[in-house]
Amino acid sequence: MRVALFATCFNDTMWPETPKAVVRLLERLGCTVEFPLGQTCCGQMFTNTGYLREALPLVERFADVFESYHAVVAPSGSCVGSVRHQHAMIARSCGRPTLADRVANGSRKVHELSEFLVDVLGVTDVGASFPHRVTYHPTCHSLRMLRVGDKPLQLLRAVRGIDLVELPGAEECCGFGGTFAVKNADTSVAMGADKVSNVRASGAEVVVAGDNSCLAHIGGLLHRQRSGVRVMHLAEVLASTEDDVAKEMAR
Amino acid sequence: MSGTFVGMPGFPPRFPVAARSALEDSQLRSNLRHATHTIRDKRGRVVAEVADWEELRVAGAAIKDEVLTHLDHYLVELEESLTRAGAQVHWARDAAEANRIVTSLVRATGAEEVVKVKSMATQEIGLNEALEEAGIDAWETDLAELIVQLGHDQPSHILVPAIHRNRAEIKEIFAREMGKVGEPAPDDLTAEPRVLAEAARRHLREKFLRARVAISGANFAVASTGTLVVVESEGNGRMCLTLPQTLISVVGIEKIVPTPTDLDVFLQLLPRSSTGERMNPYTSTWTGVTPGDGPQEVHVVLLDNGRTDALADTVGRQALRCIRCSACLNVCPVYERVGGHAYGSVYPGPIGAVLNPLIRGTASAVDRSLPYASSLCGACFDACPVRIDIPELLVHLRARVVDEKRAGHGRFRPSGEELAMRAGSWLFSDSDRWESAQRASQLGGRMLGGKLLGERDTLGRIPGLAAWSDARDAPVPPTETFRSWWKKHEQHDKEPEQ
Repeated sequence: MRVALFATCFNDTMWPETPKAVVRLLERLGCTVEFPLGQTCCGQMFTNTGYLREALPLVERFADVFESYHAVVAPSGSCVGSVRHQHAMIARSCGRPTLADRVANGSRKVHELSEFLVDVLGVTDVGASFPHRVTYHPTCHSLRMLRVGDKPLQLLRAVRGIDLVELPGAEECCGFGGTFAVKNADTSVAMGADKVSNVRASGAEVVVAGDNSCLAHIGGLLHRQRSGVRVMHLAEVLASTEDDVAKEMAR
Repeated sequence: MSGTFVGMPGFPPRFPVAARSALEDSQLRSNLRHATHTIRDKRGRVVAEVADWEELRVAGAAIKDEVLTHLDHYLVELEESLTRAGAQVHWARDAAEANRIVTSLVRATGAEEVVKVKSMATQEIGLNEALEEAGIDAWETDLAELIVQLGHDQPSHILVPAIHRNRAEIKEIFAREMGKVGEPAPDDLTAEPRVLAEAARRHLREKFLRARVAISGANFAVASTGTLVVVESEGNGRMCLTLPQTLISVVGIEKIVPTPTDLDVFLQLLPRSSTGERMNPYTSTWTGVTPGDGPQEVHVVLLDNGRTDALADTVGRQALRCIRCSACLNVCPVYERVGGHAYGSVYPGPIGAVLNPLIRGTASAVDRSLPYASSLCGACFDACPVRIDIPELLVHLRARVVDEKRAGHGRFRPSGEELAMRAGSWLFSDSDRWESAQRASQLGGRMLGGKLLGERDTLGRIPGLAAWSDARDAPVPPTETFRSWWKKHEQHDKEPEQ
């Protein structure tokens, strides 16, 4: 199956290991992955700060770049949420009804990673191995915008050697919220502090989520506390194999 | 634009500023956390019992949308039904007009005091303060409203206005204040809920039996019959609605349902969403005047106060479906940490963050900051019994705030934020430009992660980025972007196997 990878601007620049993991994982599962070089950003930061006019060219670019693909995969619930639930609204608000229809149609084949694996490829056991104590934080946009439900957990449960522990108050927002994290920094940190104490109470060594933006916030707090708990994107856990584990042991 | 008043005097500060002092109050944080989680869990349990909850939500939204789409028709129908049933109908464009009408109605009876049923509409217009100015005492009879009134406080929740207070604080307020305005609290008052409730009962009973005028709002107004409905838990409302000679109800124009049958849907949705009960203890309905039974003089003040401004906003009008259940407050992670006062209105929480800018407009600093007082986590939409898409409305109102700022640029230069957004958009509109910007980030990563700074992988406090870095470390940018890696990876794939 031919799949276009939408890396997202944030992962591309700050967390390249995540899209690399998606490439390894999907190729291992027999997909032909392409990375259209014309891609940049879904525009979510502009949209959610109220700058629809600035988001519009990015909406159009996204459609131009990905229109010819039958399946697009992104390792971000939040960016996929923006594409599927906001792009048509932005086009319509900016007086571009034809573009709105075009993107409403095109966005249906844009999938968040766990949706693509479970719904499109029909796999839950992706052959991964990750012998660590892990807890999973369901990010708000994957949970309540995309409704991925327990798909990420189905995938994690099938990972060899994983010790999956429950996160208390898992479905509560971590407090990142895009520009909310700086516009309302005190409230954002208060929410994050509660999330982090739940993470620590879970006893996990690694917090896994489907969005590196939320993980940057959670991880930033964990690191400041010198907690020793790591954050890791779902894609990287699912891409890990027994070979990787052996290599890590050898180091 | 609008100068609609929503029950908080003065000029409240921007949300982040007000939030900061609330966040520092650890007693408040713990009161709020306990109370919101208790109601949240209770609601979750009773909603899960209803197999057709989603159908009820859809039906509730559809009934409200029908009313809002044909509000002109339903308002006239309601007025005709009320008049036919012996009630007198008054129309109020704004808070000042509503207060004038109510004050003159009370004066005409010669009464110097009124008893009040818990009502968001009368809080919204600041009726108690207006009556006080006219020399009329207004006694709140809902237990939580009584706590707020006796404590010279502001409500911080729609359903549980004293949610920010714990039992010990309530005991202090009762002991100190009750005697100043009526029956004092007993000397052996404790912080036990039963004892506190008994003190309130005694204090209020004196007022119920004396009052000649009552003031209420209404949860619903049935257009076809002119029936008003009040849904409550304590029975104080029933006392106010039946004992006095005169009853004045202030009703927002969006409270209409077309027929009594529509109550079937809302009387299932409201109690489960608000108090987490299958059914509320008291539901009072009255249709104008019943000769010889209950109030013989019945007035209904139909209140606009910015609602038609919200109605004119084709995206925003769904906020007028709100039945004031406060389920969105109880699930909101922002409200849970900050409480209600930071919203600068009697309508706090997620619904307040959209309703206030819709009915008051975005002229004030607090109203411009409210649409941003959310992480867009979406818990409010899932909890809303009438399916108000609050996250969608928040984004819509953020765009309105930005567009209004842009329109004001004739006088001011664009803000730093707007310049940054424009630059970002320009950068992302071309992948070559974006790649050049990434090279700068890689260079930064090489410098920051280099030997000079001790090969660090994270950054601590960063000057100029205090909002992020005061409490959170930030990663050092990686030395190779995904895009650069991909180009090599793809090249490697194309080379023939060795």
